[in-house]
Amino acid sequence: MKIHKYDTVIVGAGGAGMRAAIESTKRSRTAVLTKLYPTRSHTGAAQGGMAAALANVEEDNWEWHTFDTVKGGDYLVDQDAAEILAKEAIDSVLDLEKMGLPFNRTPDGTIDQRRFGGHSRNHGEAPVRRSCYAADRTGHMILQTLYQNCVKEGVEFFNEFYVLDQLITEEDGVKKSAGVVAYELATGEIHVFQAKAVIYASGGCGKFFKVTSNAHTLTGDGQAAVYRRGLPLEDMEFFQFHPTGIWRMGILLTEGARGEGGILRNKDGERFMEKYAPVMKDLASRDVVSRSIYTEIREGRGCGPEGDHVYLDLTHLPPEQLDAKLPDITEFARTYLGIEPYTDPIPIQPTAHYAMGGIPTNVEGEVLADNTTVVPGLYAAGEVACVSVHGANRLGTNSLLDINVFGRRAGIAAAEYSQKADYVDLPENPAQFVIDQVERLRTSTGTERVATLRKELQETMDANVMVFRTEQTIKTAVEKIAELRERYKNVSIQDKGKRFNTDLLEAIELGNLLDLAEVMAVSALARKESRGGHYREDYPNRDDVNFMRHTMAYREVGDDGTESVRLDYKPVVQTRYQPMERKY
Amino acid sequence: MATPVLDKVEAESAASPYITVTFRIRRFNPEVSAEATWEDFQLEIDPKERVLDGLHKIKWELDGTLTFRRSCAHGICGSDAMRINGKNRLACKTLIKDINPEKPITVEPIKGLTVLKDLVVDMEPFFQAYRDVMPFLITKDTNEPTRERLQSAEDRERFDDTTKCILCAACTSSCPVFWNDGQYFGPAAIVNAHRFIFDSRDEAGEQRLEILNDKDGVWRCRTTFNCTDACPRGIEVTKAIAEVKKALITRRF
Repeated sequence: MKIHKYDTVIVGAGGAGMRAAIESTKRSRTAVLTKLYPTRSHTGAAQGGMAAALANVEEDNWEWHTFDTVKGGDYLVDQDAAEILAKEAIDSVLDLEKMGLPFNRTPDGTIDQRRFGGHSRNHGEAPVRRSCYAADRTGHMILQTLYQNCVKEGVEFFNEFYVLDQLITEEDGVKKSAGVVAYELATGEIHVFQAKAVIYASGGCGKFFKVTSNAHTLTGDGQAAVYRRGLPLEDMEFFQFHPTGIWRMGILLTEGARGEGGILRNKDGERFMEKYAPVMKDLASRDVVSRSIYTEIREGRGCGPEGDHVYLDLTHLPPEQLDAKLPDITEFARTYLGIEPYTDPIPIQPTAHYAMGGIPTNVEGEVLADNTTVVPGLYAAGEVACVSVHGANRLGTNSLLDINVFGRRAGIAAAEYSQKADYVDLPENPAQFVIDQVERLRTSTGTERVATLRKELQETMDANVMVFRTEQTIKTAVEKIAELRERYKNVSIQDKGKRFNTDLLEAIELGNLLDLAEVMAVSALARKESRGGHYREDYPNRDDVNFMRHTMAYREVGDDGTESVRLDYKPVVQTRYQPMERKY
Repeated sequence: MATPVLDKVEAESAASPYITVTFRIRRFNPEVSAEATWEDFQLEIDPKERVLDGLHKIKWELDGTLTFRRSCAHGICGSDAMRINGKNRLACKTLIKDINPEKPITVEPIKGLTVLKDLVVDMEPFFQAYRDVMPFLITKDTNEPTRERLQSAEDRERFDDTTKCILCAACTSSCPVFWNDGQYFGPAAIVNAHRFIFDSRDEAGEQRLEILNDKDGVWRCRTTFNCTDACPRGIEVTKAIAEVKKALITRRF
């Protein structure tokens, strides 16, 4: 075991982690611990753009953007945070441009902008061009630009270091962050990183679904590490299903395709979104479009022999436009489906895409231990966190924005804290939990296999807690997850070695997914209303009287060692906007 | 739009799609043996699936010790470059049906970088070469505008091709010069230098050109086009290298 000491440790090197690292490295001695090489992070898979009311191509302002974000989140958004997001969006985009990001340009040479779902002119009048983009590879450009600037700033990376535990020490009755424990993949060695400040920026947890746009590596490691240590997770029942994933594979096809004029059609060729969202049509918010697609499918208007998908039609768009604006997604259709998007529509279905919930933070990125108390020295930003700027449903292009605005804020806040704070003592035997966890898995003689349990988890999540939910389906999921958690105790792996043991890695990842799936299902069961991405067929309306509040889920361990999820609630911050019925 | 009737993909999926395929994989685990060996695995797979799906089937159902890197599984993250049937490709962008599944499919680690275990190689020398070309925008700070720097669409287009690089190392590890001499920067580093040299906003082109004028720099390229063939992003790598060579001679870029 090795012990390291840094002012600031950042967990994860996607967009939020690297944006934080650029700020933090300038101000404090910083280490970035990342499960993957930084440029492998899933920020790189984001396509359509980053929202900011630059008003480069038409009238726009941050207040309209704030309103759209609040409405898009079905009023569960904390409005003070949404206002910061929309205001700081403009400088965030300009900062990236100055760092070198190659945005598409207007004829005047300014950053070009395009339409995106839920972004509107003057509080819903019509779609507005707010998304700053680089073809359909905006996330790739952001990830590369941030990595380039990390190289420039000399950011210290520990690549393929997998953080498995959050260390917390109680001082004077206050729980403080003391550091993290990481497993070095190349050698199997365990490292303790003592740090004054820790920032989680480790991304989402979409891999508990089967059809998902998420990478294999998005397994909720950060959320699980802090949850296990008694800290809450907020609004985990809210998960976004992106309307246009490649049929059966789930690979993302950007909403920018509809922003460029693409149309969704059912088996009769009908542009069905006109029925569900007369103003915004195909550019309604993602939760609305995904439900509309499944309504078409359930009512027998789906395409194909099994009627299990609809079409994304780009055939009326000029090939030059597709080549210039959507080169990657058209290539995906050719590579994975053998379809030519110039002439044929693309079969799509909603795909599990984004966790609105996560580790609760305030607007400085400080992690909360309950509804109000900050955990000194602990920060989170990006998809792992819940600020909450996305509420019950995130707008497209607001996540690339979120990672830049709140990654930067967390980086600055953590580094400033670590400059004035002292080290917190490490707990006794700080690595014991990880040593035990790794040894138990490596030496287990159990009969359960990781791949089998993971497949069963993904199948039950797809079947029971996806776009449509009922009390019965969620209960089915809760029971199945409990069974899988029991069987997980009996899991074993074949690779007993220390070197690059990805068999072990996948077993640990599965444990994290099971913990988070339980939190999600239990949170969903208790929310007896429909709001944003959480749609209950047995409670089809939004219920502001009883449920205009954030869910806070805590892990409870009984005297006999049994674990359960305890739910509490937190008020929503409302400033400018009163809840209204949500129509597109 | 085309009438949405049963299309080719859907018609094919109606019949039983599975075929039997042999994966012949180069295995190496220094914890077990100093020697690398070939190992065959037979599996049932839909030929429309990816080579990565086949590797996962092996790892998840047959042999959990098989080790490789992967993440996004659709050609964006650059984790899973490997040598498949003797050519560098991304396992997640290569469909079984496109590489003659009648014969055993050979899978080896990319060449020229030290193998650590099975298909996992040491990427550090690759990233070091990348860092050496100063892969970041350099400007004179005194000119910093309050808004964005302006750039015409034509100037933006000038370096578009080389912005697509995902640092997978498929090009560099397909280059015979790189195999023979690990000191050579390799195509990927030159591609990333090109991305900045030809960016109208950048003001350090001369510095980067001097770095690439070095004995281990751009002149080592023998124009074999392996890199262009290997690039999973379709970047015209050899052309980009030629443009850097030309810029070195003319000092115009």
